Amino acid sequence: MLGYALRRLILAIPLLIGITFVSFLVIHLAPGEPVDIQSDESSARSDAKIKQLLIETYGLDKPLHVQYWNWLTRLVRLDFGRSFSPDARPVLQKIGERLPITLLLNIVELLIIVMLAIPIGVLSATRQYSTFDKITTIFVFVGFATPDFWLALMLMILFGIQLGWLPISGLRSPAWEYLSFWAQQWDFIAHLTLPILVATFGGLAGFSRYMRQSMLEVVRQDYIQSARAKGLSEGAVIGKHALRNALLPIVTVLGLSLPGLIGGSVIVESIFAIPGMGQLMVQAVFERDYPVIMGNLVIVATLTLVANLIADLTYSLVDPRIRVAARRGRR
Amino acid sequence: MRRGGVLRLFGLFLVVALAGCGGDADSVIDVAAGQGSDKPAYGDTYIEALQGNISGLIPNVLTDGPSFEVAGLIYNGLVKYDKDLNLVGELAESWQYSRDCLDLTFKLKRNVKWHDQKPFTAADVVFTYETMVNPKTPTAYGGDFKAVESVQAVDPYTVRVRYKQPSAKALQSWSIWMLPKHLLESYAREGKLREAPQNRANPVGTGAYVFQEWKPGEKVVLVANPDYFDGRPYISRVVYRIIPSSATTFLELKAKGIDGAKLTALQFKRQTEYPAFRKAYNKYQYAANVYVYLGMNLRDPRFADKRVRQAFAHAINKREIIEGVRLGLAREATGPYKPGTPWYDSNVHQYPYDPGKARKLLAEAGWTDKNADGILVKNGVPFKFDLLLAQGSDEGRKVGEIIQASLKDLGVQVEIRVIEWAALLKEYIKKRNFEATILAWGVTPDPDQYDIWHSSKTSPDELNRIGYANPEADELLEKGRSTCVEADRKKYYDRLQEVLAEDQPIVFLYFRDGLPVVSSRIRGIVPSPQGINYNFNEWFVPRNLHRYTAG
Repeated sequence: MLGYALRRLILAIPLLIGITFVSFLVIHLAPGEPVDIQSDESSARSDAKIKQLLIETYGLDKPLHVQYWNWLTRLVRLDFGRSFSPDARPVLQKIGERLPITLLLNIVELLIIVMLAIPIGVLSATRQYSTFDKITTIFVFVGFATPDFWLALMLMILFGIQLGWLPISGLRSPAWEYLSFWAQQWDFIAHLTLPILVATFGGLAGFSRYMRQSMLEVVRQDYIQSARAKGLSEGAVIGKHALRNALLPIVTVLGLSLPGLIGGSVIVESIFAIPGMGQLMVQAVFERDYPVIMGNLVIVATLTLVANLIADLTYSLVDPRIRVAARRGRR
Repeated sequence: MRRGGVLRLFGLFLVVALAGCGGDADSVIDVAAGQGSDKPAYGDTYIEALQGNISGLIPNVLTDGPSFEVAGLIYNGLVKYDKDLNLVGELAESWQYSRDCLDLTFKLKRNVKWHDQKPFTAADVVFTYETMVNPKTPTAYGGDFKAVESVQAVDPYTVRVRYKQPSAKALQSWSIWMLPKHLLESYAREGKLREAPQNRANPVGTGAYVFQEWKPGEKVVLVANPDYFDGRPYISRVVYRIIPSSATTFLELKAKGIDGAKLTALQFKRQTEYPAFRKAYNKYQYAANVYVYLGMNLRDPRFADKRVRQAFAHAINKREIIEGVRLGLAREATGPYKPGTPWYDSNVHQYPYDPGKARKLLAEAGWTDKNADGILVKNGVPFKFDLLLAQGSDEGRKVGEIIQASLKDLGVQVEIRVIEWAALLKEYIKKRNFEATILAWGVTPDPDQYDIWHSSKTSPDELNRIGYANPEADELLEKGRSTCVEADRKKYYDRLQEVLAEDQPIVFLYFRDGLPVVSSRIRGIVPSPQGINYNFNEWFVPRNLHRYTAG
């Protein structure tokens, strides 16, 4: 098991380099340059000198393979470089200040989704075509079809303006510094409620469908029949035998959503004015801020590879058959 | 910003729909507003929405609007434009030109202190100049000081600037934000101002407000400078909240989460006219320093013929565009100067909407036959061209469609192509690889537009993108920038406006209106052609209307 994990980790290194190389190429070949956008041409006061200076500062005058090599050798020393944006701040710092809020939102969102989606999925599978199943089906379609920004604005109008219960946007009230400790926490939670609600709504729909589908397949299996034939109670059949097997595909989906945890939703972040990763990335792309784009990409690529590995390892924990097959294979 | 743009657009439709259902939000709007004495009082917080994140805190090395707005409260220049667009002293007590226009001597105010209590002196002025012209400094504004020969500190409160040749923009270039030598000298020498800690936190200026906090993407907080040389400002705390979505900004206004914002034309005209909103907020309207134009590539033989351009100017109904796209909230542009400002010449030849005349002009230019599709044909080639638009600009798209329809009536076929901004700039505009495009130019209070119209300014990174060349215009532009006698300049630029009106190198469409809205509890706002922000340190809230007690 340990040897297998190590082997996978070592194999991941060339893969990661390959990913970064292709991305580097694609981003640099995309039309548009960071320096064009920074020379304030619309005001007609621009000085062409700045463009040349910035090209030299950023090393954009060097051949692409040299640029990539420089970037890669810095990366090995964990130096992600400085942003091309005029704040010229280290990339890691920029990502670091945005990551916590995005992680917090996404983790809370994922937890709520899993906690709600599993029971909903199980119930609608075991009571297929019941009223509950039909209601959740409608709910799922509505969830899929509702655009995030529309739902967000509706909730903002309802809770923010008409009822006045929750703040509309941002992370903290203007007078946050002057609140007591507990009031501050409450203020923060109140600000996060609507964004989480909106983000959960869409995700819940998908997840509960996966769960329902997976459960439906499992309950048709022979071993479920034999469990019933043994005289086990329905609760034990579903809760013990069926659920554990039905969870397998969910583990895959969960694993794949791990890298997504650090990528924020642009729509939710923009509309709620939350300074998260999504906004940072979109801005970086529009400004052609290569170091920030690449920095984020390395982190996402690494997380994806790690998540794949974890998912593979978890399979063998959840599914004894894979464990046995692996052992046999070694012999 | 494609996604953002689409999002904003849909958001607006939604809000219209809701606003139509009656002003149910009225209950939250403060009834006390409108009362209260007009006696200035210190205190309260002003919260303004900014659409974009600021990119730093040393404006001399930045180029974005939000950063300039924040920096405007932290830093000062030697001179500034007053509400009527005249240059007046800010850090300079007075100045004097020598008779040959080559020497400019500033007397500095003596009671000015940096935010860290060090005195502001002539050495800082020299330092700022040296930083701006240092080839290592990544600033877009070094060109303003190209004509300077030397800057020297005669004594701590006197600065003498010597010019190589008379320069009309000499005085206004000294509105540049002054930087503290004692803090930034080492960074500036290395060309590392952007990396300086003052660009991220604790910038030190001489301005009315002192920096307190910047949470990137979230907010910037400033507090009043009690030692401000022009008197302590009344409002004690300013919070800039970064809110990317204009629909959200609008909802925050309704919920009173913010005090000031810029409205869209739709919000201004249709969604904020109900009594409760009018009571809680004051809306302002002034011509902003931006005009939108239809630019044609004059290297294209079809557009090189000025009759074709004049025909387009007659065929495009500017009023219709202003009504349709800006809901009337814009002013017709007849040239590159803003109507109502001192340099604007209202006597130039105008091109009223007149399709008949347009047809006649095109016929004179040889576009007489039409093919089966009703498209004008000359030498067997139909009159067809691509109109390039920047992605995400709803306004640009609408203007493009109206122009497309107007020109179609004339027998000219326009294909609209929408391209992401950075790519449009790099691959099409800079390579001069375009037939026509809709863009905007910012205008400065100074009339010099050498970079836009002079025939020498056509290389890829220069701004005469359309390839305009007229010897008379060149001469006027050269003369206009090399005298310091205002009356002469007025003559040159009046004539320039006539030349441009005749040539129609671009079709001048309209000057957009700036549409700020400010909480009605805030007093002391005097709208001007400059907008409203120029006297922010005189704004105040009467004591009984204070909303935020803290600070």
